[in-house]
Amino acid sequence: MREDRSPILELQGITKSFGGVEALRGVDFALHAGEIHGLVGENGAGKSTLMKIIAGVHTEFSGRFLIDGQERHFRSARDAHAAGIAMVHQELSVAPDLTVAENVFLGNQPTNALGLVQWRRMAREAGEQLARLGLDVDPMSRLGDLSIGLQQLIEIARVLFSGARIVILDEPTSALSPPEVERLFTTLRRLREEGTAIVFISHFIEDILRVSDTVTVFRNGRKVAETASAATSKGALIEAMIGRGGEALEHSYSDDLMLPTPSDSPVVLKVDQLSLARSLKDISFEARAGEVLGIYGFMGCGQQELSRILFGKLKPDAGTLAVEGTPKTFASTAAARRAGVALVPESRRDMLFHQEPVYKNISISILDRISSLLLKPAQERDIAKRQVEQLQIRPPVVGLDLGMLSGGNQQKVALAKWLTYPPKLLVLCEPTRGMDVGAKNDVINIVRDLRAKGLAIIVLSTEPETVLSLADRILVLKRGALVREFKNEPVSKDRLLEAA
Amino acid sequence: MASSETALAAGQRARGLAPFLRSQMRNIAPFLTLIFLSGFFALASPSFATLDNLGNILTQVSVTGIIAVGLTFVILCAEIDLSIASIANVTGIAVAYFTLQDSYVNIANIPLPGAVAILLSILLCALLGLVNALGLTVIGIPSFIMTLAMMQIAAGVSALLVRGQIAYKVPSLITTLGSGSIGGIPWLVIVAAIMLLGGHLVLTYTRFGRYVYMVGGNREAAEYSGLNVKLILGAVMVISAVCSGIGGMLGVAHFGSAQQNEFDTYLLDSIAAVVVGGTSLFGGRGGIGNTIVGLFVLGVLNNGLDHVNIDSFLKILIRGLILLAALVINVYAQRLREKAVE
Repeated sequence: MREDRSPILELQGITKSFGGVEALRGVDFALHAGEIHGLVGENGAGKSTLMKIIAGVHTEFSGRFLIDGQERHFRSARDAHAAGIAMVHQELSVAPDLTVAENVFLGNQPTNALGLVQWRRMAREAGEQLARLGLDVDPMSRLGDLSIGLQQLIEIARVLFSGARIVILDEPTSALSPPEVERLFTTLRRLREEGTAIVFISHFIEDILRVSDTVTVFRNGRKVAETASAATSKGALIEAMIGRGGEALEHSYSDDLMLPTPSDSPVVLKVDQLSLARSLKDISFEARAGEVLGIYGFMGCGQQELSRILFGKLKPDAGTLAVEGTPKTFASTAAARRAGVALVPESRRDMLFHQEPVYKNISISILDRISSLLLKPAQERDIAKRQVEQLQIRPPVVGLDLGMLSGGNQQKVALAKWLTYPPKLLVLCEPTRGMDVGAKNDVINIVRDLRAKGLAIIVLSTEPETVLSLADRILVLKRGALVREFKNEPVSKDRLLEAA
Repeated sequence: MASSETALAAGQRARGLAPFLRSQMRNIAPFLTLIFLSGFFALASPSFATLDNLGNILTQVSVTGIIAVGLTFVILCAEIDLSIASIANVTGIAVAYFTLQDSYVNIANIPLPGAVAILLSILLCALLGLVNALGLTVIGIPSFIMTLAMMQIAAGVSALLVRGQIAYKVPSLITTLGSGSIGGIPWLVIVAAIMLLGGHLVLTYTRFGRYVYMVGGNREAAEYSGLNVKLILGAVMVISAVCSGIGGMLGVAHFGSAQQNEFDTYLLDSIAAVVVGGTSLFGGRGGIGNTIVGLFVLGVLNNGLDHVNIDSFLKILIRGLILLAALVINVYAQRLREKAVE
């Protein structure tokens, strides 16, 4: 029946590249009124890029863009908004210090003839709208006091009830509890009845299958499948996402990989019943010397928080850490470093000094080992040179400002700073994200070397390949809880995705 | 690999002078300002460019210079200390309070031996700095607000100590350092020079100095490198307060009296000296060298305006405009450098 009507949004042959790398290649996409359209694909497959084109965030691309059969070219997100397109981005974008009602009506507050905000009306209408989402929240309470899940629902509410004809939701359920997801779905179905077209992007394939009418699968910037949700299954979708056959350059990890027998080497880190607000629930695990422990999960599953707790940057609400049997509560990152823990976070901006030369970036964490009071710049440079050579950092000039290096080389510098005096426990977040194949292999080899030296290594990643290529044992983190452990058994990308 | 290294070095050279100058804008601009101002006043007034007047300028900027040493540390960490002038004032008053005054001075003070008076005064300013440090790091009050409160607290302590009166006597060591001279060079200038040199050596050659730059350059990265960021921030607040205290004690000796609100102009002057010199308000860039240039710019400006015939009320406006110009350059230099790097 739907096929009879013409789509309200139609994209033809969309191609988009970022600095020479094609993110989308000749993608066709159509959206109908009264349809929930699910999008799935791995990180970097092109889903978000396509949606940002629709929402007017990316304005440079080639291909045809039609709304109601009319060719359009948005110059900004405002244009898209005026055309009735609204998007909830992956990252929460709310004003935590404003009230719930103000957030619901952000940029759109009801005013009287004098231009004054009608608070009572705004509160009442916000309350009504939130009630439709099944939320019983005081509209006048401060948004920042609510849980992240509620904040996310309120941001969604703002977009859903903005009167848009086309609503795009990018990973809307990552921070929601199951009942919250249920309420969201009920609302989405009701909006569908009212004729709104909804695009729903998610890593949670069960969610997609439950709520959407149609599913489109992306892989490597191409649309590889489009099918009615009722006519497919989780397995089939995962298969389409990963892609069978030898077309991928990289090892695809679609086949089973045998994990080794767990080692019985000494426990370096023991985590017991760790909890943090709504991010982490009762996390317990051990990391052993000479072992790489992989922790896999989708974006927002709590990996970031976990890594920050291990390095003393965040304090857990409950639970204990022990390093080599000694219980620790890290008062600062300095305390964690002294206890032999090192962290390489996922964001290079956060972990490096871009306006300082490479050698200062490498020596910063070990200055207290090489100098008591006075600096020894010559020694710093020697150490840096050795690391630059070993890790094949390009260009091999330790006096160059770090900002001049490419992303992959910066990532190596971030690793290098911990390697001269290796820690007991090395925590790596997304160690190969955004790297080309060569740099990825370099990092994999470095990590294997460190494992051979007897370090305990924890690799946290949202990319299954990263975990599969490095880990001896894999934990799966889902919405803040550990749901599965893979050890001494075959594992594959399918199985990981299935577990998460 | 050797060839790739030479090729790269050649590439860097080939990138040329312009980007290098752009990245050094922060250091060049204040220096040009100084040369321009000196040249202007030398032409405008015959009495400006004399050795005597150079001595005047040096003496005039010395107290500011002593205070600015500590403030440079604070600003390098991308923090601010608004309590410097008040802490200088209270420390100067305290050292007089602990000294035997002439009988006509109507202050109920506690005379102590000179060394003890100096020690107690330094302890007092260090303590006030520690309060700043704790407020900033433990409680998490932004330094702007914390030191604004401290400005009032220190002024309040000053008021309670002197109760509107003026004290004149300070320990003889302070009198000598503040108003004496050796071989024609005022001790005050010598102390300022030593403290500036000391600050420079600490910032450039010690581990702590490196940490100050790194914390200012990227606080998140410093934390992810396992530095004790709070300890470093706390230390710079204490350093700033102690430098202010020393400046205050010598200032009191230099002026010949200790009274309320004596140092009020030093807050703006010290901040101006550091920032006009090119130390970045965003942290991580600059240093004592910049502060020295900034001190001279300010000193030449203040002194030069006295040598030319100019409406004394206009002087204030001119100072303000020059400060604004320096701040604009500061922000643009930061942007140019970021562009040069990225």
